[in-house]
Amino acid sequence: MYEQVVAINIGLAMLLAMSLNIITGFAGQPTLGHAAFYGIGAYTSALLTAKAGWPFLLALPAAGLVAAVVGVLLGLFSVRVREDFLAVTTIGINFVVVAIFQYVELFGASLGLAVPKPVLFGLRFGNTEILILLVILNILVYLFIRHLPTSWLGLALGGVRNEEDAAASLGVNPDHYKVFAFGIGTFIAGMTGSVYAHFMGFISSSDFAFPVSVGVLSMAVLGGLGTVSGPLLGAVILTLSPEVFRFVSDYRMLVYGGLLVLMMRFQPQGLIGDDSFLRRKWIGLFSRGKGGE
Amino acid sequence: MLVQQIINGIVVGSVYALTAMGATLVYGIMRILDISNAGAYAIGAYVAFFFLLQTGSPLVALVTGVALTAVFGFLVQKFLYAPLMNKSPNVSLIAGIGLFIFLQDFLRLVAGPQARELNFGTLLPSIQFPSLQLTLYGTWFLILAATALLLLILWLLLNRSPIGLAWRATAQDLETAKAMGINTNRVVAFNFILGYGFAAVAGILVGILYNSVYPTMGDVPAYKMLAVIVLGGLGNPLGTVLAALVIGMAETLIGGYVGFFLPRDAIAFVVLILILLWRPQGLLGRRRSS
Repeated sequence: MYEQVVAINIGLAMLLAMSLNIITGFAGQPTLGHAAFYGIGAYTSALLTAKAGWPFLLALPAAGLVAAVVGVLLGLFSVRVREDFLAVTTIGINFVVVAIFQYVELFGASLGLAVPKPVLFGLRFGNTEILILLVILNILVYLFIRHLPTSWLGLALGGVRNEEDAAASLGVNPDHYKVFAFGIGTFIAGMTGSVYAHFMGFISSSDFAFPVSVGVLSMAVLGGLGTVSGPLLGAVILTLSPEVFRFVSDYRMLVYGGLLVLMMRFQPQGLIGDDSFLRRKWIGLFSRGKGGE
Repeated sequence: MLVQQIINGIVVGSVYALTAMGATLVYGIMRILDISNAGAYAIGAYVAFFFLLQTGSPLVALVTGVALTAVFGFLVQKFLYAPLMNKSPNVSLIAGIGLFIFLQDFLRLVAGPQARELNFGTLLPSIQFPSLQLTLYGTWFLILAATALLLLILWLLLNRSPIGLAWRATAQDLETAKAMGINTNRVVAFNFILGYGFAAVAGILVGILYNSVYPTMGDVPAYKMLAVIVLGGLGNPLGTVLAALVIGMAETLIGGYVGFFLPRDAIAFVVLILILLWRPQGLLGRRRSS
């Protein structure tokens, strides 16, 4: 069903946007290669189920773990280099990972990989089951992120993002938390990749190329980096807009690029970030509303 | 054969140096990774293509291509980047990506998706050395000469002129430069005019080298120039030239001579990641201060 497929795409996009938000929004580390981890998860899960015969329920966390291992390595690398170097290095990782998927025989090379549909307790997964799984995962990740800003981990990450030197002088080791954020963010991206692979039934390297990373970052930025629910809003808007604007499909990229430019120029904090026009309206509506989330 | 590959590597490296120079200059002052510079690269090539079609004169095509792109750079700076200067670097980065996507699609809609010939007529002929299995293409000389000339002009401009002095002061510390009475707004504007002009030259030369312009021609330069400027230590013109030659050489030698399982365009990033592991500050960059 068309609506189900759209809903699944939104569910996947929300998970990706939230996971990127942990790294870029909460820990302040720019990343332009998130699709690489999404892809690592997808290929891990595909190989484990199709070639090694693992059940989906085991392959799902395994996909997250493999992605997280690479993510932690990137995190360890990130603490050595400057922010701008990191942004470019993440682009580089995206290109290298996609090139490996595309040229190494094990990953199906240019033919891609067929992925079996998951079976759980005799129940063969269709789109409905995938959708239920995505809802569960989204709720879990959302609860984690909602809890994050007030937890010790979130406070440490905020300190690292805003005043790294000050945080360090108070006994917070910024490097540990950056690596931690990379680990969690890429773990979620890897699991999302696993769900994507089993939903599609077929994956190829171009599904995880650089434009996908730009798309995910745009979602988080559009909604508001570092906000709890902004990335969700961004994911919904950017996943739905190609469907809604199908009648101008020839101008899609033009509109998309233009939107990004205008958004950054006039609402760089995102739709529901601090002092955005939506938030000001919202606070105006409930003059005693909670503005300082 | 090896000589051929080495010369080829130097030519490819020169193209990368020109391509990445615009973004290096922009980074030097603004501290932003300007991906839309790769859009200017395609725009320059297209404007030159259009004027070559209209007038038939390579000189007019070259001059208008560079001049109009430089004006475009001024406008981008004035209306997009200057107002974002005090925001987080992520903001300008994404704005630049958005502008790049916009420009690419704009070119596709205006000029059509197909590749067009950028034929500059009878350029220098190729020279062959059959005994050495060596062919020197005329366009190679054009590119090497243009690169050398432009880099020399840039060096003179930055090191031997008043605006260059202001440029270097602003690159070092914008606030202090402003306090010392330097008109930093003018330096920033000059910087973008120069940076986008360089991108246009690179786009036109690559268009001539491969005798084609197409809307997505900025795709590969968009990320490869980032690898080059990061490897060069970000914002250091000399480092960019060095890094461009390293990557150009690595690509031609590893890709064409040794053989490597990954495609040519991924090699730049493998080189980048390996070198950054060894020198986190880039080839000629200074150590991070904090």
